[in-house]
Amino acid sequence: MNANPMDVASGAEPTAAPAWRQETLTQRVAGFFLRDRRAMVGMILLVVMLFAAFVGPRLVPYEPDQPNVRNRFAAPSWSHWMGTDRSGRDLLSRVLAGASVSFRVAIGAALLALLIGAPLGAVTSYIGGLVDDVTQRCMDAIIAFPARLLAIVLVVLMGPSVVSLWFAIAFSSIPRYARIVRGSVLDQKEREYVEAAHAIGEGRLAILFLYILPNVLPPLAVQVTLDFASAVTVEASLSFLGLGLVPPTISWGGLLNDAQQWLEEAPWLAIFPGAALALTVLSFVLIGDAIRDHLDPRTRRRGGTR
Amino acid sequence: MAAPTKRMIRYTLLRALQMIPTVLLVTVAVFVLIIIIPGDPVLSMLGYYADDVTAVPHEIYDRMFRELRLDRPIPVQYLYWLGDALQGDFGKSVVFRVPVIDVVLSRVPATLYLGTASLLIAIAVSVPFGVWAAVKNDTWVDHLASGFVLFGIAVPGFWFGMIVILVFAIYLGWLPSIGYVPPQEDFLRFLKHLILPATVLGLDVAANILRFQRTDFLDQLHQDYVRTARAKGLPGQLVIWKHVLKNSLIATVTVVGLNTARLLGGSTIIETLFSYPGLSRLLIEAIYARDFPVIQAVVLWMVVLVVIVNFFVDLIYAYLNPRIRYATA
Repeated sequence: MNANPMDVASGAEPTAAPAWRQETLTQRVAGFFLRDRRAMVGMILLVVMLFAAFVGPRLVPYEPDQPNVRNRFAAPSWSHWMGTDRSGRDLLSRVLAGASVSFRVAIGAALLALLIGAPLGAVTSYIGGLVDDVTQRCMDAIIAFPARLLAIVLVVLMGPSVVSLWFAIAFSSIPRYARIVRGSVLDQKEREYVEAAHAIGEGRLAILFLYILPNVLPPLAVQVTLDFASAVTVEASLSFLGLGLVPPTISWGGLLNDAQQWLEEAPWLAIFPGAALALTVLSFVLIGDAIRDHLDPRTRRRGGTR
Repeated sequence: MAAPTKRMIRYTLLRALQMIPTVLLVTVAVFVLIIIIPGDPVLSMLGYYADDVTAVPHEIYDRMFRELRLDRPIPVQYLYWLGDALQGDFGKSVVFRVPVIDVVLSRVPATLYLGTASLLIAIAVSVPFGVWAAVKNDTWVDHLASGFVLFGIAVPGFWFGMIVILVFAIYLGWLPSIGYVPPQEDFLRFLKHLILPATVLGLDVAANILRFQRTDFLDQLHQDYVRTARAKGLPGQLVIWKHVLKNSLIATVTVVGLNTARLLGGSTIIETLFSYPGLSRLLIEAIYARDFPVIQAVVLWMVVLVVIVNFFVDLIYAYLNPRIRYATA
């Protein structure tokens, strides 16, 4: 972003274009994560959690479901970093197993909402008229439901499985994507470049997807990141209520549900899975907030990255 | 004065009309619930899992079949159901064997106490904190506020609730960890049971309010009118508390309104964790017991509540911000 003419003058390549134009998208994204403290901390946290989720289970010496009746409710120690549960199962192995479930559900749910919501908002607002009105009223009705309530009802209807959790969690976010895209399409539809595209004979769908939609990508990226965070939380709360994933599938919400009965005897059973959950949510929120502030000229003007 | 009032009335009516399609769609969704659950609707309404018709005596099955009007086309069934629901008749609870409306009404007070207390805590924490953080922009106060927001968003309420139970109920023994006492029975014990769940829920909402408010306050502080007020020689404190707070009230009202839905959603977890007998706990109990008439009634009540709150939020919003009134009138 530093379009300083001095850079061009002293730069190795004496080309006509200003320096910032030569930065590829990858360089700009990498630069953003290096410059913004929040984004960097979030990214490091996320990488650690992803590593824990997908590599971690292979590094621990215990199977998550391997009971050991002689070692029930062992406090955290060198052999069991997070202690053991009521059947003597190693909590660390179980938290790691829960991590991959959490990521699978959250990523699936957020992407599903994006894939349904964004095209829906784009197409209906581009068509306009009655289609748009009816869709808007349906979106209003979905928004009227508290997100968690809707997820609870849907998961009860569809039964507990990863795929039904995707739909149950994604459903309430669909209107948000549809609205972001709709606002942008209505705004861009009348612009000159769209007219120009019409004039050179581009089809309506081509204009929509190739010309207009790229403008909405940044706010959508923010929404997806923040949706990962809420999807992780919603999945955990559903499993905590016993409505989400049920044993033998290990999930953080399920671990916390178990821990509830043994709070006094074995508080570590509640502390560690909850901490893993909070750190995962935190990583997504830090990244999402940093990108949003970076895109919002109001916060950027004031020194932006806080 | 006459013209703005007229516009306000017009806006109110217009906005009230807009509520109708939303509420109707919601009732359709809640009605459809009973049709799309897998299995026989009569058996589901009676609380059975299996599709085994022989599990229920013939006469009871037939009576339920007629009560649900399953012999009629679905749109007709819906209209009858809607008519009954409008009169407060949601059928009989499978578990409690009494009219659903009685079960629901018995849980309303507890939920209202918890909701009000949480909202008060949320506002009492977030508004002064938000103003203070914005005024002391980029000092430790501001960083503390940012940290609080991140904490509130990242830490799930049910985990925070468990930690709070661990510390205040189990280790310190100051407050009871679960349960509820009606205020008319013993007010002190009522408060003691309310403090922990209301604080956990309230702080969660406070973080969300603060998140939006902080940016808005900062925005307001950089507006021309603040500079003008200061240049006129008004004391700094007066400018902040009178002018800035009044102007950012619009954002605050909106955020508080939006958080009603969050409060209701969050209360499902908190009421369950603290075994607090409110509506959300009733919903979860009804789900475990497959008590579908109760599920329908509670879901409908919650959603209609959100729609009504949003309606009032929009009215207050229009009242505070004349541009909206003028735009629609």
